[in-house]
Amino acid sequence: MKRRDFLLASAAGAATMAAPSILRAQGAGAPVRIGFITTLSGPAGYLGQDIRDAFQLAIDSEGGKLGGVAVQAIVEDDGLRPGQGKSIAERMLRNDGIRLFSGIVFSNVLGATAPDILDGGGLYVSPNAGPSNFAGRECHKNYFVISWQNDSLHESAGRSASELGYQNAFILSPNYQAGQDALAGFKRMFRGKIAGEQFTRLDQTDFAAEMAAIRAANPDVVFQFHPGGLGIAFLRQYQQAGLLGRIPMVVAAPSLDHTTLAAVGDAAVGVNVTSHWNVDFDNPQNQAFVAAFRAKYNRTPTYYASQGYDTALAIGAALRQTNGNITNQDAFRTAMLKADFKSLRGSFRFGPNQHPIQDWYALKVERNAAGQLELRTGKKVLENHGDSYAASCRL
Amino acid sequence: MTLVLEQLLNGLQLGVMLFLLAAGLTLIFGIMGIINLAHGALYMVGAYAGALTAKATGSFLLAVPAGLAAAGLTGIIIEYIVIRRLYDRDHLDQVLATYGLILFLNELVTILFGRQPLFVGVPPALSGAVEIIPGVPYSVYRLTIIAVGLMLALGLFLLITRTRLGMLIRAGATHREMVRALGVDIRLLYTLVFGLGALLAGFAGVMAGPLLSVQVGMGEQILIMTFVVVVVGGVGSIKGAFFGALIVGIVDTLLRAFMPVLMRGLVTNTSEADALSAGLSSMGVYVLMALVLLVRPQGLFAARG
Repeated sequence: MKRRDFLLASAAGAATMAAPSILRAQGAGAPVRIGFITTLSGPAGYLGQDIRDAFQLAIDSEGGKLGGVAVQAIVEDDGLRPGQGKSIAERMLRNDGIRLFSGIVFSNVLGATAPDILDGGGLYVSPNAGPSNFAGRECHKNYFVISWQNDSLHESAGRSASELGYQNAFILSPNYQAGQDALAGFKRMFRGKIAGEQFTRLDQTDFAAEMAAIRAANPDVVFQFHPGGLGIAFLRQYQQAGLLGRIPMVVAAPSLDHTTLAAVGDAAVGVNVTSHWNVDFDNPQNQAFVAAFRAKYNRTPTYYASQGYDTALAIGAALRQTNGNITNQDAFRTAMLKADFKSLRGSFRFGPNQHPIQDWYALKVERNAAGQLELRTGKKVLENHGDSYAASCRL
Repeated sequence: MTLVLEQLLNGLQLGVMLFLLAAGLTLIFGIMGIINLAHGALYMVGAYAGALTAKATGSFLLAVPAGLAAAGLTGIIIEYIVIRRLYDRDHLDQVLATYGLILFLNELVTILFGRQPLFVGVPPALSGAVEIIPGVPYSVYRLTIIAVGLMLALGLFLLITRTRLGMLIRAGATHREMVRALGVDIRLLYTLVFGLGALLAGFAGVMAGPLLSVQVGMGEQILIMTFVVVVVGGVGSIKGAFFGALIVGIVDTLLRAFMPVLMRGLVTNTSEADALSAGLSSMGVYVLMALVLLVRPQGLFAARG
């Protein structure tokens, strides 16, 4: 009897694990409400926090407005659970009458949530996730992506690995939509051979088995996609397994951002990263953003933050042209697609599937004069790069 | 062959970490009848205290007692304020209350230290690698975890089987009413057991710091696996927790390591083989649990009672 109770109770506990903590951001006035569903709790919480904080920074720096129109971000935490994201979206659509959405970090949450938003007559502007299934045949006229299409992140890493002269790559990623997109993207642009390919788990903390497999395969480069805390654990265990000095690593931005860099420390030195944005981009709008973000939140923004900010600017540009009217969705879309804002990345425009066309850069982890680790931007890897699904999108 | 040996070592190390958590969980349930979902939160408290101390003092040796103290103290406070009220209540109430504690502790840590993960370095003395298997450098830190974990397991075994306190704990697990009738202060015993469980969880947290990322919610990631260990090993049995943890650790590691190779032999399409093996290997320990429940529902090493 005891044991049965234990089983039942632990199952109940597991089922409710990592449930939502609900947060509401306070905006001003009686404004256009933006449903901001993002991941704030659990190990990936800092991703959503950076996106939310940068989004709010853009609103605050205009005095509670975007594009001259008063807005309010209604922030809720999806806890990285697709079902949670979906039910928040349904509630916001039905009960609160919200029609403009943003904020989702993870592709698996987006996959469950976006269809409801779009079918319910809402608009969705993605500050991060850009899964392949919504970029091609299932693209939607009310779905915009400001960040990237998932594959393109990793296509840049594949191209970078080839340009660095590597012939034989071992590739790893967690087994979910964005992880599958990552491996597909890397392989599309990498010209060498694949020495080994392994899926990990999204809740995995110990990578010893993978380290041993890498050592046994002895590739000349490792590519891995492990966002947030996963990437920290992976890199440190890579170093502890004695692989860091021996087998170079090429990753895309999510596997090593400014927050994970601080937590990884020396284990990151020499890692090759590719990204569409970096703190040191010297366009004036980026300089101003980095300074303002540091002043307000007392930390270095990650690329997640830059995307949150760009998303706010993109929405602002569209709202300005429509005078804050989001009920005429065709007008909103026309305005949005002009991308009439100064992106922190410098170059930005929308492709035919309403995903970005942008430049990708090679970054390297180095020590600066003060002895701190930083990501330094190197040369351009891909120019005006869209994604490979745009062709099958009919809009 | 060396790869198999290395993977076995990896499995052993994961098993030892799981044991540190499972031992507390199984004792607390076996003796006190409490399902403590907040056990993972104690692990997180230990990891945070260890990380912050290591950062402030630069010494990992100080981080260990700090992590132990923080987790043990948090455990005793939780037992005193919350758990005491739950002994006579339904398991559902216990789950709700301890689940509430997870939310509370996670949010408290977020408020105090933010969502950004903390950095903990491997102590310099343990940062190298040795070739205990020829040709395979193995992290000294991981070896240390294995050694310390096995010593702790031995210590716990001696404590439970050879001391008066251990006798009371064993008696409490099987004949609670009789222990009370003999005039033993069962409340004190409960607090001690809960504190001991918290200490072990805190120790696991400190040790995990340099391997994983120290951040909010880290406890819940490992808690579910710990429950599997407790169920496989048998609720309330330290021996069960030990062998259960080793079995789960080794099975999980070996499946992750060799399932892709196996599946590629069976399925010709490599990407299908990879997806299939990833799915199967993540199911592995749960399938194991289901099999154990089918064949030996009381667990492999169940405590009598």
